[in-house]
Amino acid sequence: MSAAPVLALRGISKRFGAVQALTDVELEIRPGEVVALVGDNGAGKSTLVKTIAGVAPADDGVIEWEGRPVTIDRPHTAQELGIATVYQDLALCDNLDVVGNLFLGREISRAGVLDEVEMERRARELLATLSIRIPSVRIPVAALSGGQRQTVAIARSLLGEPKVVILDEPTAALGVEQTAQVLDLVERLRERGLGVILISHNMADVQAVADRVAVLRLGRNNGVFAVRTTSQEEIVSAITGATDNAVTRRKARIAEDRA
Amino acid sequence: MTTDLSKTPEGPQPAAPAVATPVDPRLLVRQEGFAGYWGEFVRKLRSGELGSLPVVVGLIVICLVFQLQDSAFLGAENLSNLFITAAGTGLIAVGIVFVLILGEIDLSVGSVSGLAAAVFAVLNVNHGMPEWLALILALLTGTVAGVIHGFFFARIGVPAFVVTLAGLLGWNGLMLEVLGSNGTINLDDSGLVAKLTNHYFEDISAAYGLATATVLAYFLVAWRDAHRRTAAQVPSRPFAEIVLRTAALAVPAYAVAWVFNQYKGLPLAVVIFVGVVVALDLVLRRTRYGRKVFALGGGVEAARRAGIDVATVRISVFALSGTMAALGGMFLASQINAANQSSGAGSLLMNAIAAAVIGGTSLFGGRGKTWSALLGVLVIQSIASGMALLGIASAVQYMITGAVLLAAVVIDSVSRRTQRTAGRA
Repeated sequence: MSAAPVLALRGISKRFGAVQALTDVELEIRPGEVVALVGDNGAGKSTLVKTIAGVAPADDGVIEWEGRPVTIDRPHTAQELGIATVYQDLALCDNLDVVGNLFLGREISRAGVLDEVEMERRARELLATLSIRIPSVRIPVAALSGGQRQTVAIARSLLGEPKVVILDEPTAALGVEQTAQVLDLVERLRERGLGVILISHNMADVQAVADRVAVLRLGRNNGVFAVRTTSQEEIVSAITGATDNAVTRRKARIAEDRA
Repeated sequence: MTTDLSKTPEGPQPAAPAVATPVDPRLLVRQEGFAGYWGEFVRKLRSGELGSLPVVVGLIVICLVFQLQDSAFLGAENLSNLFITAAGTGLIAVGIVFVLILGEIDLSVGSVSGLAAAVFAVLNVNHGMPEWLALILALLTGTVAGVIHGFFFARIGVPAFVVTLAGLLGWNGLMLEVLGSNGTINLDDSGLVAKLTNHYFEDISAAYGLATATVLAYFLVAWRDAHRRTAAQVPSRPFAEIVLRTAALAVPAYAVAWVFNQYKGLPLAVVIFVGVVVALDLVLRRTRYGRKVFALGGGVEAARRAGIDVATVRISVFALSGTMAALGGMFLASQINAANQSSGAGSLLMNAIAAAVIGGTSLFGGRGKTWSALLGVLVIQSIASGMALLGIASAVQYMITGAVLLAAVVIDSVSRRTQRTAGRA
């Protein structure tokens, strides 16, 4: 925790028409750290990710990259800095094959001509090191299952040698084994010294891999917790904004029933 | 798996490969050899990846039908003229292919082609500008028209259908304005533009030489690619397949060269048309730009998030479509050796779009080849030429071309649905 943050958000605000989606949000990511970003639907998680990724730049506030303020107004800028984003959906082009998708936006070319051989070789190498199982790197991604598409999307984010990877609900649509594989992948990212922002609704996933949990509520910070010293109830109450909520009531009821 | 075990019941099992290849064991891995290719071919057909197969079969059927009715159809003179007539519409269709891959449509190409012809005629004939300069300015007129369409579509967000429909009317009006009260401007009989469709390379070595160069180039590129793939340890085409593919290219290439030499020689129009098709095919499949175009057709949001400048690519594609329309317009003007009020009118627009779709480019975006413009326009021109030989009225011609277009769109839609159920679209 002593390392300086690679990415820091200071007082980020964002409006959409009459809706104040984000208000003075603060967030710090250090190298080799997994920060879970949690919050209820509409809390501003996706909007915050979009401001970092350059898809929807912030109206107000400062983004600091390795200690100096930067302006991220295009996805390309974020990529160049070393911020890779994996979206829950809309991340892949169905008609392109796995290699085409992996290298989309950063194709390797020789003398102006795409170097398909080199791209295919690197794609196979990458997928092998991540133990990702894909039928063939030359089939259109439309032919892959949801889990395979997600792993391809995550693998793609690693090609640019990023320093920060943002995963937007990477396990939302996955089965048990594929979820475990994605969580393994997240841990491998941390071992490589990457900063990871993990957006998830799944508390089990968050507690399995995250170091810290940042809670958003109604577009504002609502506490940052160290996972090891915080109970799930505390996080849930921060998300819902009350200690008395559906989750605690349910636990209490079950406890009463058992007693 | 069980058969493998039963074959080697005794002796140590071979050691597991050191690096697990990223292959799902459930996948039906392609067999080696030609049985494997046949199996792959059948599987592709079943899952709806028809590619150019319907149009090639259609072209053969059309040729057989007309040849049986009139033996002049496959004669050298008719085929040579057919190719030359096809070049203008075909060049416009190549631009349409790019727009269709984006999943959009350009309805203005007919009017733009007429406008370009008018601009050339006025600058060259009325104002005495040198031909080459007038030609460049005419092509740039098409580019500018395309950029305007692209701007309103990509930056303002007006549907491409509406923008180019406005272009269809607007550019036609501008063409009439440019032509002035006269209505028809005749071009120089022996000028540059006239040569586009009436120049032939008479030396027989021209056609055979070009065919040889094409076949050799294809073989060398394929062979070198296979070499590099083997060196990089990624799957490559076996040598036998490269030879077979080269032969499959050589047969039509030499046949066409032979036909041209039976008449007046290799037409300049065909050299330019095929050259443009090959060059833009390379752009589409082998450059970053082409990859971006396909990516936009497969998912605009995914492309945008991959850092692709969506608006610029869209504008550039419409600019290309406008330029190709202008180039096609010069060929069409060359055929009648004039620019007149009906330039770019009539069935030209429908024929160009139909050619792209008949050739196998999807109306739904994301799939297509520049070659489909060539194959499609040959189908349309064959029907037109055959009917003209048989003396059938243009009313019937329109109906039959319409039916062929409908058939092509039906094949496109059905194959797309089959691909969905087979998990490939």
